[in-house]
Amino acid sequence: MNWKRAAMGTAAIAPLVALLAFGMTRNPKEILSPLPGRAAPDFALAVMPMDVTDGAPEPASTDTVRLADRRGRIQVVNYYASWCLACRDEHPVLSALAPRYAARGVDFVGIVYKDSPSAMRRWIVQMGGQTYPALLDPSARSAIDYGLYGVPETVFIGADGRVVKKYIGPVTHQVLTSTLDSLIALAPAPPVQPVPADTVVR
Amino acid sequence: MTGGVQAVLLALVLLVQPPAAAVDSAALDRLTREVSQELRCPVCQGESIQESPAELAQEMKGVVREQLAAGRTPDEVKAYFVGRYGEWILLRPTTTGVNLMLYWLPPIVMIAGGAVVVLLARRWIRASRLATPTPSPTPDDA
Repeated sequence: MNWKRAAMGTAAIAPLVALLAFGMTRNPKEILSPLPGRAAPDFALAVMPMDVTDGAPEPASTDTVRLADRRGRIQVVNYYASWCLACRDEHPVLSALAPRYAARGVDFVGIVYKDSPSAMRRWIVQMGGQTYPALLDPSARSAIDYGLYGVPETVFIGADGRVVKKYIGPVTHQVLTSTLDSLIALAPAPPVQPVPADTVVR
Repeated sequence: MTGGVQAVLLALVLLVQPPAAAVDSAALDRLTREVSQELRCPVCQGESIQESPAELAQEMKGVVREQLAAGRTPDEVKAYFVGRYGEWILLRPTTTGVNLMLYWLPPIVMIAGGAVVVLLARRWIRASRLATPTPSPTPDDA
């Protein structure tokens, strides 16, 4: 085979090989969310009551968190469940950072995904408590609205009500602090809205 | 016509023609199935939300049905899910933009590959014919 023919063959195949090679560098499980930059889907979810003795009937929630009411403050929305092993890794980090960032205009909420309130309550107690409200989403409608694949997943919402980032997997201290610090630097001064004392569970 | 005959006729009509709500419900079921077959289950491997028994898939089917019942078109319902999950959620990619490559590249590569194979085969056959030695004259021929 002469060199001209070899060069022509290589030139014809090279783009296909390059395309396939590019495909090999991509993780098929990493799917980009279309949500960042868009208005965060609103939700109004009941706060899971924490003062319930084991075996007692599930009381009706007396409090609701509506996302639209929190406009002007940065939101960290964490989807989790008691059956989720990876949620154990991130929960202490979230719970430690939530009070520290509350005064800087950041609210944390946990949304219970496909789990019973009683199992979730037991898990929270086992984990040493939770410093932010746990919300109930029994029909998983908010999970679908946020394009959830599984748990844990964390959505960062800016003070303007737009989704900034959707983090899949257990969120780390570094991811939380770097994302929130940059959002705080960009956001205008937050309205004063301290986390109600009754949502802090120990 | 007597009242009795009228009542019998009315009963027959009702028996033959199901109520409008039931018909709507059947059409809604069919449409829900059709749309659900085109949406990927996010927690499964290559299954549609119609086939998947996963809880999330069932909830998603509920959303499909609700939105269709509210008067949204199948395309609008699919657009809702694409807005949440991206185009990945569609089991059949759209035929626009870069996706066109998915539809056109395989036949183009196949045709080009086939043409190369035919060309090479013809050359090889020609070359082998030319290379076949002509029988040399034997002493008997002389």
